[in-house]
Amino acid sequence: MQSLEKTQTRSDGGVSMKSAMPWIFSAVMLVLMPFIFQSNSAITIMNQMAITIVFALSYNMLLGQGGMLSFGHAVYMGVGGFVCVHVMNWEIFGSIPLPLLPLLGGVFGMILASMVGYFSTRKAGTVFAMISLGVGELIAACSVIIVVFFGGEEGVSGDRTYGIPFFGVEFLSQIEVYYLTAGWLLISALLMYLFSRTPIGRMANAVRDNPERAEFLGYSSRWVRYNSFVAAGFFAGIAGGLFAINYEILTEENLNLTTSGSILLVTFLGGVGVFFGPVVGAIVFTLLQTVLSLETEIWSLYVGALFVATVMFFPSGLAGVMQLHIAPIKLGTWRLLVMPYIITLVPAIICILGLSGLIEVLFHARHAAIGETEMTLFWVTFQHTEILPWVVFAVMAVVGFWLARKNAPQMMDAWHRANKPDGADT
Amino acid sequence: MTAALEIQGLRKSFGQTEIIRGIDLSIGRGERHAIIGPNGAGKSTLFNLITARFPLSSGSISLHGRNLQGLAPYQINRLGLSRSFQITNIFPKMSVFENVRCALLWAQGYRYSFWNMVSRSRALTEGAEAILDQINLLQRRDLPAGVLSYAEQRALEIGITIAGGADVIMLDEPTAGMSHSETDYIVGLIRTVTEGKTLVMVEHDMGVVFGLADRISVLVYGEIIATGKPADVRANARVQEAYLGAALEADH
Ligand SMILES: Nc1ncnc2c1ncn2[C@@H]1O[C@H](COP(=O)(O)OP(=O)(O)OP(=O)(O)O)[C@@H](O)[C@H]1O
Ligand SMILES: [Mg+2]
Repeated sequence: MQSLEKTQTRSDGGVSMKSAMPWIFSAVMLVLMPFIFQSNSAITIMNQMAITIVFALSYNMLLGQGGMLSFGHAVYMGVGGFVCVHVMNWEIFGSIPLPLLPLLGGVFGMILASMVGYFSTRKAGTVFAMISLGVGELIAACSVIIVVFFGGEEGVSGDRTYGIPFFGVEFLSQIEVYYLTAGWLLISALLMYLFSRTPIGRMANAVRDNPERAEFLGYSSRWVRYNSFVAAGFFAGIAGGLFAINYEILTEENLNLTTSGSILLVTFLGGVGVFFGPVVGAIVFTLLQTVLSLETEIWSLYVGALFVATVMFFPSGLAGVMQLHIAPIKLGTWRLLVMPYIITLVPAIICILGLSGLIEVLFHARHAAIGETEMTLFWVTFQHTEILPWVVFAVMAVVGFWLARKNAPQMMDAWHRANKPDGADT
Repeated sequence: MTAALEIQGLRKSFGQTEIIRGIDLSIGRGERHAIIGPNGAGKSTLFNLITARFPLSSGSISLHGRNLQGLAPYQINRLGLSRSFQITNIFPKMSVFENVRCALLWAQGYRYSFWNMVSRSRALTEGAEAILDQINLLQRRDLPAGVLSYAEQRALEIGITIAGGADVIMLDEPTAGMSHSETDYIVGLIRTVTEGKTLVMVEHDMGVVFGLADRISVLVYGEIIATGKPADVRANARVQEAYLGAALEADH
C-alpha cells in the first residue's frame, strides 16, 4: 500500500492512476445518469447540460487559459450548428453516421475562428474584447440578411433520423441522443484537458499572465493566442453540432450576443481558474435555468444576482470555492467549519428566500392580470393583497440578514483556524 | 570572427528628448561585458533597443553578424539571445516550476506543438528542476511565482533568462535588491552558466562589475564615454569624473 502511494504522488509523465481517476469516474457517471434520472425531461436537461459544458469549456480555453475575454463566442457554436442542420437536409446525410456530424460542426467552427482570429488575436485585453463583440454583432446581423444559410426569423430545422443507422441505432429516442452527446462531451473535455497540457497549452497560460515575457522566451504571443482561439472555435463548433442533433433546429438566438454573454456568465460562475470550473458552472446554470424558470418568470433576475455575487465575493467561482476547501479537508480541520457554516449560511439562505419572496409578491402584484390576486410561492397559496405574506417575507429577510451578519465573523475565524495545520487559535 | 553584438550609430528619442545619442559598441564572442553609468543614463533603454522591445530611431544592431532590423523580440530570442529585466518580469500566476519550464519549451524544440504532453518529457522536467536547483528555488517549486519574496523573484527572473541556454545573455541589474550573500551566490551562478557564452550586464554594484567583467562600457547621458578593460576604465579620468568616483565612494 505504501509503495503504491509513493508511485502515485510523483507524476513523472505517463498516465498515472491518480490523473485518470476523475475521467474514469466521469465516464461511469455519464453512463449511469440516465438510470438514476429516467424521465424524458431529465434526459433533456442532461443533454442541455452536456452541450453547455462543452461550450463553456471551449469558452474557458479563451478566458481562463488564454486570458481572452470574448463577447462573441456563440458565433462559432452557432455556425457549426447551422452547418450541421443544413447537412441533415442534404442527400448525402443519408450516408453519414449521425455521431460523426458534430465533427463537421467542429471543423466549420474552426474555419470561422481561423479567419476571425487572424485579426482579433493580435492583441488581448480590450482590443480583443471589442473585436469579438463587433464580429458577434456582425454575424448575428448576417443571420437576418443571409436567409439561405441562417433561415431568417424561423431558423433552419432538420431531422437527425435521416442519417444512416449507427450500429442499428437510429437516434429516435432521447436516450440514444443522450449517449451520443455524453460520448462527445467526454471526448471533447478530455481533448481540451490534454490541450492544456501541451507546450502550446502551457504557453497559452504564460501569454495570459505576461505576453511580453513570453515573447522574450521565443514565443509570438499573437500566434499562441491564435492557436488557442482556433482550438476553442473547433470545440464550440462541436457543441453547435450537438445542439443541432438534440434540438434539430437552429435560430438566430444560437449565435446572438445574449448567448455569447450567457456563456461568459456560466464560465465565470463556475470558475475560470480551474479546468473543471466551467463544468460546475454549466451544471448549476442549466439547473437554475430549467428548474427555476418553471417556478418563476423572473428567474434571470436571480441568475443575474448570483453572477454579481460571484464576481464580488468569489471571483474564483464555485469551483474556486470548492478548491479552497481542499486544504481544510487534507488537514482534517474541516470539522471546525461545520457549525459556523450552519449558523451563518442557514440564516443567509432564509434572508435570500425572504428577499426573493418579497420580489415575487411585488412582481405578482404589479404584473399579474387585473383581478388575479392569488399566487403560489414555496408551496403555499395566498393572495398578494393580504398583508401577512409581506410581513413574513420581510421578517425572514431582516432576521436572516441580522443573524447571518452576526455570525459571519465566527465563520471567518473558523475558516482561518481550519487553514492552520494544528487548527489552533489565531 | 564576427562580434556577438555589433551596435553602430544607435540613436533613440522618446518624443523630443534623445535618450540614446549615438552608440557604437562591439561585444566579442565569449566576452563578459558590463555596462555601467548613472541612473537615467539609458542603460535599460539600450537593452530594450537591442532586444526590440522598443523600435530604434536610427542606427543598426547585429547579432552574430545578422542585422536585427525589423525582427520581433521572439525572433531575436530564437537567434540565441535571452535577457532579464530590471523590473521583475515573470509569470506571477503560474507555479515557479511552470515559469522555468515555459522558458525551456522553445529552446528544447517544442515550438507550438499540440501533440506533446509537457509532463511526459523527462528532458523538460529535469531541465527545469536543474535550473530551480541552481537558483535555490526547488523548495518553492509549486508556489505561484507571484507570492515569492522579492529576492526570490529576482532569482527566478535570472533562472528564466538562462534556462533556454541562449549563447548571448543580457542581464539588467541582476543583483539589485539582493543581500550580500545572495549577491555572492548569484554572481557565482552567473559566472558558471555564462561559461563560454557572451554576457552583457548592467550593474550598479562595482564589486560585481570588477569581479565579473572582461570589459566595461561607461554610459553617461546616452553616450558611451569609455570602453575597455576594467583597469583602464578605472583609470580613465573622464570616467572618474562623470561616474566612477562617486560610485566607488558609495560602494565602500
Ligand atoms: N518608454 C519610455 N518613454 C519615455 N521615456 C523613457 C522611456 N523609457 C525610458 N525613458 C527615459 O529614458 C531615460 C533613460 O532611462 P533608462 O531606464 O534607460 O535608464 P537606466 O540607465 O537604465 O537607469 P537606471 O540605472 O535607473 O535603471 C530616463 O530619463 C527615462 O525617463
Ligand atoms: Mg535601468
